[in-house]
Amino acid sequence: MNALFSVSISKRFWRVWQRNFTVYQKIWKISFIPPLFEPLFYLLAFGIGLGALVGKISYHGAPVSYIAFLAPALIAVNIMNNAFFENTYASFVRMYHQKTFDAMLATPLSIDEIITGEIIWGATKSVIATAIMLIVISLFGLIHYPSGLLILPLAFLGGIAFGAIGMYFTGITPTIDMFNLPIFLFVTPMFLFSGTFFPAENLPAWAQAMALIFPLTHLVTLVRAFSLGSITAHLLWSVMYLIIFCMVFFPLALIKMRRRLIK
Amino acid sequence: MTQYIIEAEGLTKKFGDLAAVDGINFHVNAGECFGILGPNGAGKTTTVRMAYGFSPKTAGTLKVFGLDIEKDWRSIKSRIGVCQQENSLDPDLSVEQNLLVFARYFNIPPGRAREKAQQLLQFISLDNRRGAKVTELSGGMMRRMILARSLINDPELLILDEPTTGLDPQARHQLWQRLEELKAGGLTILLTTHYMDEASRLCDRLVIMHQGKILVEGKPADLIREHVGHNVIEVDDPAEKLRAFVKSQSLECEDLGHRLIIYGQGRDDLFHEIGDRFCTGGCILRMATLEDVFLKLTGRELKE
Repeated sequence: MNALFSVSISKRFWRVWQRNFTVYQKIWKISFIPPLFEPLFYLLAFGIGLGALVGKISYHGAPVSYIAFLAPALIAVNIMNNAFFENTYASFVRMYHQKTFDAMLATPLSIDEIITGEIIWGATKSVIATAIMLIVISLFGLIHYPSGLLILPLAFLGGIAFGAIGMYFTGITPTIDMFNLPIFLFVTPMFLFSGTFFPAENLPAWAQAMALIFPLTHLVTLVRAFSLGSITAHLLWSVMYLIIFCMVFFPLALIKMRRRLIK
Repeated sequence: MTQYIIEAEGLTKKFGDLAAVDGINFHVNAGECFGILGPNGAGKTTTVRMAYGFSPKTAGTLKVFGLDIEKDWRSIKSRIGVCQQENSLDPDLSVEQNLLVFARYFNIPPGRAREKAQQLLQFISLDNRRGAKVTELSGGMMRRMILARSLINDPELLILDEPTTGLDPQARHQLWQRLEELKAGGLTILLTTHYMDEASRLCDRLVIMHQGKILVEGKPADLIREHVGHNVIEVDDPAEKLRAFVKSQSLECEDLGHRLIIYGQGRDDLFHEIGDRFCTGGCILRMATLEDVFLKLTGRELKE
């Protein structure tokens, strides 16, 4: 590796973020709709519809209404989806179909700055969606404040984690259709088994251990704790897990994208 | 000592075992338009991609503005403008936004960028389409937009990779006119093309590449004179007697079976002699062009 392609990230990655933000400003009215309505749909269907059957459930030994249990998980899933889909499908379209990265590479931007800007943008989308959802869900009185405000910086951290692994898949996927694979094998199982719709404690011991590997499990744990206002030292493990996950997949994403883009 | 804008020595690029660019030497002087000609797959695009820091070289040295592209890539890239072969305009943005967003990549302040964008849109006659989506533009307009975008940072060197491929004659002439204006303004241009008329019209000096190597280098007119002469005689369905005559006179020619191409080599009387003695019709005399040089040197068979 020569100097041209060794790691080089200056604050110029911000320019890539700005490009995506400029596009977002043109379509923000549409981008606002999913995080506004999706939680409403879910709360209606699962919280009220299913919650009537479930009643109160036991979470860490304390009784919690099903809707209060579910709402934080919806936020966590949205953090995952926003960053993951931005840095898979949307980034792939920019890279492969629109040649946006090729054009950027003829300017004083480095590949590392382009990829960093993309991942930070994915995390930003997670934060925007989270802020909208927080407002909606708070109207139902389901978020405990001030601890609930911690969910915003957490959305950024979680966004980087899921954006980085999404970008890693973008670096290795041969075609856009192949994203079905990580979605089927990674995103969907997490969506179902990360303590989202039912406490992970209800799973058999081996499945509980497996769920701990999923980054979403830790994100759900954190969002739920912040929403319910039950902050314990134990949560630091989950924060650590997410940070380590970022530290592994962020460099891996850079390596794979460099390999893909440098011809 | 005059400094070259681009200086390449033993420049090599390998993809696996294949040498796409195979140890080439060339330099580009300040203020000139330098052309890289060659059939598809000759290594033209690979060469310019190395020059603008898109592809790392395998071996050799490559300096731009006297700086090492590997070490000083960021300052080099901030001083050049690049028109890539593929359309890389941003379809998510309007015509004007394409220029403004690109200006940010060069850290150009917003006020200055708006001024420059306005100027460039006038230059390419698109100032009445500033709010349009780029996907609404015609092929020629898009090419002009790519040119405008590459000028946003007031580059000292403009690199154009097949700028008029796929354009209709009107659009090509439009673009050529803009490039001639830029050249007259003193801009240094590096151009790849496989259109000989484009090279003849724009290039002060050029090289012809084939299979990763440079075959010849020179001014277009000199290359024509050296390799083909002033005139070319083309004869349809040549008679055997003519073939024998050409052989006996040891004239340089190419025999395509149904057509014989005879390079004049400065003999003005040759056409009349051949016309009178061997032809009943289908015999023409024409000026030699760069295309004759190109085909003579790179062969007539398909390259892909």
